[in-house]
Amino acid sequence: MIASSIRWPMVGAQKSSKDITTELLAPNETKPALWWYIGMGIGTIFLAYGAWAFYMSLSVGLGTWGLTNSVGWGWDIINFVWWIGIGHAGTAFTIFFLVFRQKWAASINRTAEAMTVFAVMCAGIFPLIHMGRPWLAFFIMPYPNTRLLWVNFNSPLFWDVVAISTYLLMSITLWYFGMIPDLATMRDRAKNKISKEIYGFFSMGWDGSMISYNRYETLTRILGGLAAPLVISVHTIVALDFSISVLPGWHATILPPYFFVGAIFSGFAMVLTIMILMRKAFKISDFITEKHLDSIARVLKYGSLVIGLAYAIELFIAWYSGVEYEIYTFFNARASGTFSTAFWIMVFCNAIVPQVFWFKKARRNIAILFTVSILINIGMWFERFIILISSLAEDFLPSSWTDYSPTLVDIGVYVGTFGIFICGMLLFIRYIPIIAINEVKAYKKEGN
Amino acid sequence: MEKKYWQSIEETNPDYTPQKEESNSSTIEILTDDTNVKSTSRRDFLKWCGISFFSATVISACENPVKKAIPYLHQPETLTPGKANWYASSFVDGNRFCSVLVKSRDGRPIKIEGNDLCTFTGGGTNAIAQASVLSLYDDGARYKYPAKKGEKIGWEIADEQIKKALREAGEKGKKCYLLTPTLLSQSTKELINSLKAKYPALEFVSWDAVGYEAIREAHLTAFGRAAIPDYRFDKASLIVSFSADFLATWVAPVSFANRYAKTRKISESNPAMSRHIHFEAGMSVTGSNADERVPVKPSTELDIIMELYNEMAALTGNPVFSSPASGYDTKALAEEILAHKGKSIIVCGHNNLQAQILINAINLMAESYGNTLDNRKTLNMGQGNQEAMAQMIEQMEQGNAELVMFYKSNPLYNYPNADRLKSALANVPMSVSFATAKDETAKECTFILPDNHYLESWGEAMPVWGTHSLMQPVMQPVFNTRQFQSTLLAWLDKDTDYHAYIKEYAEKALFPRQTRYPDFQQFWINTLQAGILETDEVFAFDARLQSGVVSDAVAQLKTQTANTAQVQFMVHENVAMADGSYANNPWLQELPDPVTKIAWDNFAAVSPAFAEEHNLKDGDIINFNSVEVPMIIQPGQAMDTISLALGYGRTFAGKSADKVGVNAFRLLTGSAFLWDVATWQKTGSGHQFARTQTHHSMEGRPIVRESTLDKYKQSPNAGNEIREYHLKHMSTLYPEHTYEGHHWVLMVDLNACNGCSTCVIACQAENNTPVVGKDEVRRRRIMHWMRIDRYYTGEKENPGVVYMPLMCQHCDAAPCENVCPVSATNHSHEGINQMAYNRCVGTKYCINNCPYKVRRFNWFRYAMNDRFDYNMNSELGRMVLNPDVTVRERGVVEKCSFCIQRIQDAKLKAKNERRKLKDGDVVPACMGACPSKALVFGDINDPDSKVARLIKDPRNYHLLEEFHTLPTVGYLTKIRNKKG
Repeated sequence: MIASSIRWPMVGAQKSSKDITTELLAPNETKPALWWYIGMGIGTIFLAYGAWAFYMSLSVGLGTWGLTNSVGWGWDIINFVWWIGIGHAGTAFTIFFLVFRQKWAASINRTAEAMTVFAVMCAGIFPLIHMGRPWLAFFIMPYPNTRLLWVNFNSPLFWDVVAISTYLLMSITLWYFGMIPDLATMRDRAKNKISKEIYGFFSMGWDGSMISYNRYETLTRILGGLAAPLVISVHTIVALDFSISVLPGWHATILPPYFFVGAIFSGFAMVLTIMILMRKAFKISDFITEKHLDSIARVLKYGSLVIGLAYAIELFIAWYSGVEYEIYTFFNARASGTFSTAFWIMVFCNAIVPQVFWFKKARRNIAILFTVSILINIGMWFERFIILISSLAEDFLPSSWTDYSPTLVDIGVYVGTFGIFICGMLLFIRYIPIIAINEVKAYKKEGN
Repeated sequence: MEKKYWQSIEETNPDYTPQKEESNSSTIEILTDDTNVKSTSRRDFLKWCGISFFSATVISACENPVKKAIPYLHQPETLTPGKANWYASSFVDGNRFCSVLVKSRDGRPIKIEGNDLCTFTGGGTNAIAQASVLSLYDDGARYKYPAKKGEKIGWEIADEQIKKALREAGEKGKKCYLLTPTLLSQSTKELINSLKAKYPALEFVSWDAVGYEAIREAHLTAFGRAAIPDYRFDKASLIVSFSADFLATWVAPVSFANRYAKTRKISESNPAMSRHIHFEAGMSVTGSNADERVPVKPSTELDIIMELYNEMAALTGNPVFSSPASGYDTKALAEEILAHKGKSIIVCGHNNLQAQILINAINLMAESYGNTLDNRKTLNMGQGNQEAMAQMIEQMEQGNAELVMFYKSNPLYNYPNADRLKSALANVPMSVSFATAKDETAKECTFILPDNHYLESWGEAMPVWGTHSLMQPVMQPVFNTRQFQSTLLAWLDKDTDYHAYIKEYAEKALFPRQTRYPDFQQFWINTLQAGILETDEVFAFDARLQSGVVSDAVAQLKTQTANTAQVQFMVHENVAMADGSYANNPWLQELPDPVTKIAWDNFAAVSPAFAEEHNLKDGDIINFNSVEVPMIIQPGQAMDTISLALGYGRTFAGKSADKVGVNAFRLLTGSAFLWDVATWQKTGSGHQFARTQTHHSMEGRPIVRESTLDKYKQSPNAGNEIREYHLKHMSTLYPEHTYEGHHWVLMVDLNACNGCSTCVIACQAENNTPVVGKDEVRRRRIMHWMRIDRYYTGEKENPGVVYMPLMCQHCDAAPCENVCPVSATNHSHEGINQMAYNRCVGTKYCINNCPYKVRRFNWFRYAMNDRFDYNMNSELGRMVLNPDVTVRERGVVEKCSFCIQRIQDAKLKAKNERRKLKDGDVVPACMGACPSKALVFGDINDPDSKVARLIKDPRNYHLLEEFHTLPTVGYLTKIRNKKG
């Protein structure tokens, strides 16, 4: 065996193809462990809380939320942006690593994409439920109708609808097509009739022939090519919701790139969290090695630098503009005023803590990796909180300045989306191969 | 036979069956042949489609319940469905008076407007008058039938029993009492006199919960005639006020606000305005408008009055009496007053006889009488008599009273010693209340003979000599009520038709005093239509001081101010609650106090220094004479004083009023309306106020632009210099809107606006704005379409106060419009930013993107929802809704529309009259209600319109104009007449 001097092995131990298949399908083919049931239980409780919150929001009204006459968007949009950010990583993993030929990502793709799909689903709930009259949500669709009404193409919210639905569709497609060979493997190994039929249906008659692989690869690349701009557009457009407005702290051209980097950053952190948990849960540390985690940590460190720079630039531009409203928002409201706690949590978690990844010891320490990944997601939540609330709660006319605090319903909707995410992910690891077996097999030789 | 081709030798074998090998077959074949899957057939697909379409149809077929409007079978002659009728009437309640026009739609009154024909009020209104229409529909609190001890009885039976009591009281040598507030109606007084003549046992006691009798008495003592001069603020160039909140509550605030504004409006051609100096303890609306406000303790205030008298006396050569030093430069003030001889006006809000006598003397030296104080056409307010009230209670306690009757008075709530009165009332065998709606006194009365609401009544009032204002019913009584005067007529064994009586009265008393109409019927119809008759009647007094009066007053006042407590306590009325009579009006409860911006509560206000000294913070509950009151830190409050608003803490008034705030009348230990010593302590518990504004500084932003008169005279754009810079730097890449027809503009004169908040209620009444309640106001979700922002400037112990009415700015480059994904808010070709409620899906993006934060979201369903149990939750309460304005559904955004329905109405009217719309045809609700005429609306494309002139005023600016939102609401800078 020749070990590459520049490339670390992507599969830890010497394994035959059969070993790989058996090991990676173990979560699907064996009975789930106790933690899985506990996880599903927690997810279901979250879902139940979320269902109550949904019911309150829909039947009583948005008055059950903590919003005010000045703060028209609160936890709903914070959580929307947060989930969208997380939902970024999966597609980014596949696409950018495909483009840059970073084959080490192969073992992470599947989970990252699943995370994307569920995160975007969670995110998609918020724009829908934050409407005063969600039952009229179809008004936002540009379709010919007898009422002769048309949407406003000037509105970033319309762009949002287009961008997010396209992105969701693309993410699901990409995820699903990537899964087909593995679903076929499951079909072939399925022992009972029902799973055989189901996997058979979804694997679309995959036969594993060279010609199928050829078409499969081609399609993956086409889809990847189509998805690449979407990864950039979706969060850019979310950022435009803010940039297009007039509010101090929102009306800034830096927001689209800043949001994009922030999304990759938070998405990678979430991937890291999930990977660590899955390594713990399943014996897959040969497939997701310390090196994988190390690479993600390096990306996070880089992302953190960019984010830190963005924070600094925002402050500088606010000062440099000389606009009193901007200066107030950034220096008085955010850095030293009502929102200073949240602001410094954000700076600490996003710009300072990930710097620990300059040290190899930190990158290889599971406990540190896990802690930092969680802190980043907390920090990124606070970033959205800062952007949303500080600009709305203290804008132009001091007479309209209000406090903002979420209610149990606000929290419930957020917890409910966690329920969707947890249950979704658990079902995913139960019924779908968590690592792209075919890809790992393909890269096994190269790496080892 | 067909030719057979073969590929291999095996195939030639007749038993050969082809073997399929998976690896050789194509994917497509596997898909169709090999997967053991039940694929969805086209038939299944169509089935599913069918089910989906069917369910979608069923779901979308659910619609809101249809309500039918049934047309008249016999349409009344004067009534056109969809068209409003207007009736002139008068809002009269005790001292409060406002000549009004009532808008009636389909036979129900829905809106109150000021009557422009009334020169006394100048066509303005106040918040209470605006909101009075809602009380008509208060089915939760109004008494619906005559009752004895809670049991429904007939009018005749009640009449018989009371008449018997009236008769028998005389025979038994006992007394009967009729308690009323000040009566501005001459005919009612006449009627009471006839009743007294018929039943000699009847005593008539006049008592005001908040009275001005000291002024009347001071004139009796000083000049020999019980009268209150008419305060002509419009003729004054120097106004000195001692705690008189004349713009909001004192004596005749609607008229005074109107007159005051006349001296505050300023233009380049006439750069003159009055100067207003105000002494007070708490921050009142009037005080907040003063050019110079002096926060002082009430006792010091009286010292200042004494000293001011002395200084003026010294300067004019009148006798001087020794008085305590006040610490204020009264000499300079005296000189200033004398420099404005005949053009100054000195008023005092203390219901204190001695202080009022000194004020009279000061006014006399300032030559105010005959100039700024009209001593011929005097006012009719302040007829109350505290002493008579005290005597009545004494007689009741001694068991000498057979019958006590309460008309428009509720002493068990607002008499300072209500407990004593309550036990005295228990001593009286029979008591009668004429209350319209639930009150604490009626609860304890034997009989409740409910009076009509004023919109169901006939009547007349003479607020000032020579001005008669008529009252006419706008609808039939809603309930089985009877007008108080009709009840009196019944007891006089006369026809109970008060209409006939008042007509007769008019023929006898009013008709001869005019010359315009020779025929009475013609006179009656025309006067009724106008609502106002101005005659030459006078009740004059000679402003000549009686000897010895001043020395007595000074001597007595000195003893009052000597040895006073360190901490002093003042009560005051506010613009909404007044003496508590309107507490069950949810519009008024939700009206934020103009100064503190607190709704649904009263509070003990203390100064910032006091709070610091005693470690108090906003919302701390303090204990006053065993009553717990939450407190706030009020900038501008005099040190060591505590102010508290009256009118709250009702216990039996209705669901909106009960248990809201505390009853400040209870805290008055001595005689009413004298400052009282405050004993207080911290309780340690807290309270959260429903406050609509919590940040009070402009943070140095050019929001309200202000300057001083001196600077204005030098340059008319003083304070507004920044506008030039903004105009120079304005540019856009986009084509701007063009307006070929009308282009509507609203101009707000910040110098005329006094913050009284009448417009807020007018807007609420006109536009069906829901009441959301204390909790929702706390969450900062008040629905008012217009608000008045109040900012403090300068040091917190005595800050400057500025008010800024804020409604939708109708920006020509509106930030809200481009962000709405469904175009629910869009721009009209007349410059109005309009809302299509049906289109709105409620993303709230427009709310976020509005720099003025004037958009409102329907967080809940506010109509027909038990959670919001206010007027919109009752069949009767909804009668007040304006049918021209949609009641908004839950989840949609709403905001000021510039009263688009009124614009449309004016256009249609002009079209029917085949003329062009002219300036002044369109009056939005806020503008119409404003007593100060601070708002002007019009078409800027009409070069002769007022707004076209005002928008060119160098004082004009647009709020946040640097953002190029191009608002169509313009503000005229605030100018203060400050020295230095």
